[in-house]
Amino acid sequence: MAELKDLLKQQIIEVLNLEDIQVTDIQDEDALFGDGLGLDSIDALELIVLLDKEYGIKLSDPKEGKEIFKSINTLADFVEKNRSK
Amino acid sequence: MHFISNSIVIRQATVSVNGAPYFKGQPSEFKDFAKELYQHLGITYPKFYKMDNLCKLAFLASEIVLKDQDGEDIALIFSSKEGSLDTDIQHQGHIQDENSFYPSPATFVYTLPNICIGEVSIRHQLKTESMFLLAEAYQTAYIQAYSDFLIESGKAKKVLCGWLRMLKDDYVAQFYLVEKQGNIAHQINNIEQILNK
Repeated sequence: MAELKDLLKQQIIEVLNLEDIQVTDIQDEDALFGDGLGLDSIDALELIVLLDKEYGIKLSDPKEGKEIFKSINTLADFVEKNRSK
Repeated sequence: MHFISNSIVIRQATVSVNGAPYFKGQPSEFKDFAKELYQHLGITYPKFYKMDNLCKLAFLASEIVLKDQDGEDIALIFSSKEGSLDTDIQHQGHIQDENSFYPSPATFVYTLPNICIGEVSIRHQLKTESMFLLAEAYQTAYIQAYSDFLIESGKAKKVLCGWLRMLKDDYVAQFYLVEKQGNIAHQINNIEQILNK
């Protein structure tokens, strides 16, 4: 799980062009949106594409994203349970 | 009579302001040069990294020209031959593979050239007239007359005019600010001097 969390952090940094942020700067419990990493709605769409492309997960209800993208912990947990690749 | 108070040219990893050297970066891809210039300017605006190359170019040129401006009533008239073609090509690359169809939101939101205007307006809180004109070449006489009209009619106090080229790392930004005061007359020959640099 720790390996998956680091991979997700790396993928988020890469896909969202978070140039000044390192993997070690993101804590597992940090909020990804709002006061945390400050991601926006376009970033949320980019994360949905990331889940599909890298893990074969299609979010049927975008509203689910609110809970799934809460933190690296919630995201990793969701990926672990739902991934098809 | 109006005047050109400030001008800037960015090309081939160099920046000149009012004809004088301002910054020289390392020869590199535009993305790396843009980051180098952004850091040199000491700007803190994380959204910069999410922009496409055309927006980064317009953002950086505007940032230098508008550095000491109060931002009030500055109209924007940008112009380009290629528009957002550089990003359009990237977007096409993402969607042309039927077996791996993943259009990237971060790419396709920039497939309109007037997003540049939006990015600069948000950054400088500009709520004025704006236009992104697509044309084969800079329409000097038309843009001169339009800028003069905007100031004369009171729709804007100043007008930031800019010609942009961004296609596969071939890039140019030639911007100038028109206002009621300045040293260079806002005339076609003076505008063309900036565009020929």
